[in-house]
Amino acid sequence: MRRREDLSRADARVASRTGGTTGAATPGAHLTQVEIPREPAAASALPHASQEPRERRLVVVFASLALLVVGAIALYLTWGVDGHWDFALPRRLEQVAALIVVGVAIAVSTVIFQTLTQNRILTPSIMGFDALYVLLATTLVFVLGSTVAESIDPLLMYAVNAGLMMGAATLLFRWVLGDGTRGLYTMVLVGVIAGTFFGSLTSFMFRVMDPNEFDTLMDQLFASFNAIDTTLLGISAVLLGVGIVAAYRLVPRLDVLVLGRERAITLGLDYDRTVTVLLLIVAGLVSVSTALVGPITFLGLLVANLAYQLTRTHRHVINLTAAGMLAVVALVLGQAVLVHVLHFAGTLASIINVVGGIYFIALLLKEARA
Amino acid sequence: MITIDSVIKTYGETTVVDAVSLELPDSGVTSIIGPNGAGKSTLLSIVSRILGADAGVVSVEGLDVFHSPSREVAKKLSILRQDQHTTARITVRELVEFGRYPHSHGRLTAECHAAVASALEYCDLADLVDRPIHQLSGGQRQRAYVAMVLAQDTRYVLLDEPLNNLDMVHATGLMRLLRSLADERGKSVVLVLHDINYASAYSDRIVAMRDAKVVVDGPPASVITPDALESVYGMPFRVHDLDGERVASYYR
Repeated sequence: MRRREDLSRADARVASRTGGTTGAATPGAHLTQVEIPREPAAASALPHASQEPRERRLVVVFASLALLVVGAIALYLTWGVDGHWDFALPRRLEQVAALIVVGVAIAVSTVIFQTLTQNRILTPSIMGFDALYVLLATTLVFVLGSTVAESIDPLLMYAVNAGLMMGAATLLFRWVLGDGTRGLYTMVLVGVIAGTFFGSLTSFMFRVMDPNEFDTLMDQLFASFNAIDTTLLGISAVLLGVGIVAAYRLVPRLDVLVLGRERAITLGLDYDRTVTVLLLIVAGLVSVSTALVGPITFLGLLVANLAYQLTRTHRHVINLTAAGMLAVVALVLGQAVLVHVLHFAGTLASIINVVGGIYFIALLLKEARA
Repeated sequence: MITIDSVIKTYGETTVVDAVSLELPDSGVTSIIGPNGAGKSTLLSIVSRILGADAGVVSVEGLDVFHSPSREVAKKLSILRQDQHTTARITVRELVEFGRYPHSHGRLTAECHAAVASALEYCDLADLVDRPIHQLSGGQRQRAYVAMVLAQDTRYVLLDEPLNNLDMVHATGLMRLLRSLADERGKSVVLVLHDINYASAYSDRIVAMRDAKVVVDGPPASVITPDALESVYGMPFRVHDLDGERVASYYR
């Protein structure tokens, strides 16, 4: 049983690797699944996972996650304070708040995006969402100069960024999916191309830019958790709150979307509208996290897949929450290691990427062997 | 009654459904047969609003499927398509509960639980309720999806090639189930079939398509004939009467 599941998952993975759509790979996966003859006796001999242990499992998972969250935050707040509480605590609390906002935003946006695309190795960054953010910041500095760009109210910048990303997502969706014959994958593909294009434009401007301006820009782009703008943190938390409330209100629809576009439509889901709203939420959440700390979307991939593995359910109430908690734990622990073990020799993103990369290689090896 | 009025669907230069008008009854079993590429599945996709039409109107009991609220249409019409891969872990019970979505919007009522239980029992899935669907065999999974459609409890049940990849044991079991749905629950079952002998044995009416058009339409007695079948498939058939069943032979 295990092998079949892995086979088909591997199929989907290969398809997305090679740039093919899962739509094309699915019939193949489906054929393998159905054609393998399996004896009913062997099937029914399997232990029946009943409802009870599943619920108990979830209780254990969430209890452990809650402990981990509390533990990680406590560790981060108290590690190496050396008695300077009145100095360290407010600063660190602020950083923890930022880590929570970023972590939850990334986790929720990734889980939603993966449900939309029916693919567990995609993240919103593949659509070029964060590339667009970087391009915008670069263009501002390039055109107006760093002095003017820096004098722009950060709140205004933020609003423009978020608005632009959400507008681009909606436009892209309306354009690509307008007539209903092209799939969500066409849109993702367009997003990939647009992302690469944005990236190329950005690096072109990097090359012809004044070195001093480039320095300023780098500081601005790779804002760290150590220098958080409190005004930005406040508005981010509000945006995150709105996004999360919207996402949890749409949980029943997200659950139905797990079945795929066609089944969702036959079950009476207003597919186009639902997907547009969900993409808007994703774009908003990505702009929250990118504006605060720059692109670290690999984290989303990591926590979303860890969450699916731990919870073993399709229900979004559970997966969204678990992924959010995992993201907070990963970011807080990562930041603690960065500060106290590596003494800032590196970035949080690089730590996440190393840990996440190892996890994914392990996952691939395990599935290849099974 | 489902009314299909002058529905047209084209892909570039190719017309896949060419001004098809058809009325599907509100009970009984209706089979749609025809060679590959005749437009059968496309027509079914359009009727179930998965695919938009370029022209024409489809209405279910007066509801225009493309312009009415999707939820209202989902209470009248359901479709079972080819098994699609899903990465999520969904148990049989959870899958069948999805069938209640048009009625409950995710919050199951007592009525929903009763419908789910009855659908599970009807499809003989009682032993499998807590198994993830990806662990099921092809036949079991097909039954689970049928149960989901049953739980949706719509008058019209459309099925796109439901017998694909099933052996004759499971295929016959499924056809019997569908027949009993029409007979015992008064549903209108509309299915695309490739096996004309299943169509012959189980249908009240057979609609044959060729080259994007409906070419023959009538009870099995008038469609399962050498002349009619040859006009649909363009190859010779012999039709035998075996114990009151019309069986087409075309293997040699």
